[in-house]
Amino acid sequence: MTHVLDPTAAGRPVTTGAPDAFADVTRSDSAFRAFLHGLPGVDQVGAEARAAQLGTRSIKTTAKAWAIDTAISMVDLTTLEGADTPGKVRSLAAKARRPDPTDAGCPAVAAVCVYGDLAGVARDALAGTGIHTAAVATAFPSGRASRAVKLADVRDAVEAGADEIDMVIDRGAFLAGRYLDVFEEVVAVKEACGPAHLKVILETGELRTYDAVRRASWLAMLAGGDFIKTSTGKVSPAATLPVCLVMLEAVRDFRDATGVQIGVKPAGGIKTTKDAVKHLVMINEVVGADWLSPDWFRFGASSLLNDLLLQRQKLRTGHYSGPDHVSVD
Amino acid sequence: MSDRLAVRKTYKLYLGGKFPRSESGRTYSVTDAKGAFVANAAWASRKDARDAVVAARGAFAGWSTATAYNRGQVLYRVAEVMEGRAAQFADEVAAGEGLSAAKARAAVDAAVDRWVWYAGWTDKLASVLGGTNPVAGPFFDFSVPEPSGVVAVLAPQRSSLLGLVSVLAPVLATGCTAVLVSSHERPLPAITLSEVLATSDVPGGVANLLTGSAAEIGPWLAEHADVDGIDLAGAGTAAMELERSAAGTLKRVLRAPAEEPDWTADPGLTRMTPFLETKTVWHPIGV
Repeated sequence: MTHVLDPTAAGRPVTTGAPDAFADVTRSDSAFRAFLHGLPGVDQVGAEARAAQLGTRSIKTTAKAWAIDTAISMVDLTTLEGADTPGKVRSLAAKARRPDPTDAGCPAVAAVCVYGDLAGVARDALAGTGIHTAAVATAFPSGRASRAVKLADVRDAVEAGADEIDMVIDRGAFLAGRYLDVFEEVVAVKEACGPAHLKVILETGELRTYDAVRRASWLAMLAGGDFIKTSTGKVSPAATLPVCLVMLEAVRDFRDATGVQIGVKPAGGIKTTKDAVKHLVMINEVVGADWLSPDWFRFGASSLLNDLLLQRQKLRTGHYSGPDHVSVD
Repeated sequence: MSDRLAVRKTYKLYLGGKFPRSESGRTYSVTDAKGAFVANAAWASRKDARDAVVAARGAFAGWSTATAYNRGQVLYRVAEVMEGRAAQFADEVAAGEGLSAAKARAAVDAAVDRWVWYAGWTDKLASVLGGTNPVAGPFFDFSVPEPSGVVAVLAPQRSSLLGLVSVLAPVLATGCTAVLVSSHERPLPAITLSEVLATSDVPGGVANLLTGSAAEIGPWLAEHADVDGIDLAGAGTAAMELERSAAGTLKRVLRAPAEEPDWTADPGLTRMTPFLETKTVWHPIGV
């Protein structure tokens, strides 16, 4: 099948490196730094207030049912533990296909996200379902390895069957101000991905400021990332609403400037249906309904899916459900 | 002292070891037996009940696997703290139920004694309700009673302390965790009991006390798939309907008596056994 993220299918030419409009900003380290530091600053208080205010919307009944199904279809069902086994990945894949075995109307999730060495297991278990196999690579989660090792990691995951690669940026280089190094690394990883789609993890919990999040977002988008992703899930704080707001504004501004649409994936710390619905509200208000699809927005989560299923069962049966009525991961 | 301003209290719920306001923001006025204003109490909503069940489920693993001896010690500690608050309980019982000071004090003493009595049962239940079974085969066969899970309790409407203790203590003594909806008109002893529970050694979430209307919250608790048992002591005329709802998720139901019983009578084990389930083990001898 055509990959839902296929850039040619979406009318996006396959390119590496910055789009034409921004080709010159990456010509040198100083030019790139000047560009990134020239991005408008983020009003921290304003961003947090706006995120909090959008979080107060009340979504009920039919709108809630739609939101829950949409959120389920956006989940990247994730297991990133040292103790992962092929059996656990297969059981996760089974859950990805039929999240609620008692209800055939429940949508499947968007992807299963695993470590690269288990990508083959996931791909085989998901064959023919349209559910994507995502693999983390580039020395996830720290990103502390040489570029050669990172690129080998990516090629390995792609060969194993991953059609989406979640890479981590080199936060050390980013915080040290070596933006062009980080940029070139993302470009190289994008090339190594080949047909697979690239999600760039910014690890916003380590970037300290919203200004840095905005710069990292632009860096990743200019370098050819198909998605920008908040976190690895291994660092706290992970995805927060204000960070997601800043990233959504970045993809909105990027599309306005270049015509290229980039996806957003908050990951880590989103555990409840209420959190997920807040994100959906924010997408609709900040970037519009164009992003309200699994092609352009994903939730990186493991425990979120069970809470979505409990809420879905509550709407279906009229009474509260309990953790005995969903599978234990 | 006569020119002091009155301290008008607005009490909150006891949920997961904390004292939150109702999610709905609602409160109602509590009056004494003569109709005079006493305090404001929180009016719990179905979402508070849902949160309470989540808290009770979270606390169940720890409470049910604590040793019976330890549970007994913790519950005895509750009785100690109750004893220290006896005067406050007596005032609230006297005001709410319209009793004389002496009768209210007697009710408080009976309630503390009842709590101590149940605290003593924690490590004796297994011996009385379980034991080895004589079986016709080469097996060592024994049965033990185990707590069933989260129990919803609709507390008696009239007996605000002795009745309350008589329905809450047995649930905790068995190792179950509780979500209790207090008497609507006489919630103050339940609120004070929450303060007692919070300052004794009971882990947060083991007992969750909601004030409000059992008629409003009861159906949600009876239908809730994560509630394992329900005590309908204070359900009143709604009891039959709640039994029917509880059947949908195969709950253990302690049925409501036709009218509120005399709580001073010896309760026996009748309020503990409904929320225990018996596990029987057949152990091959010699393996």
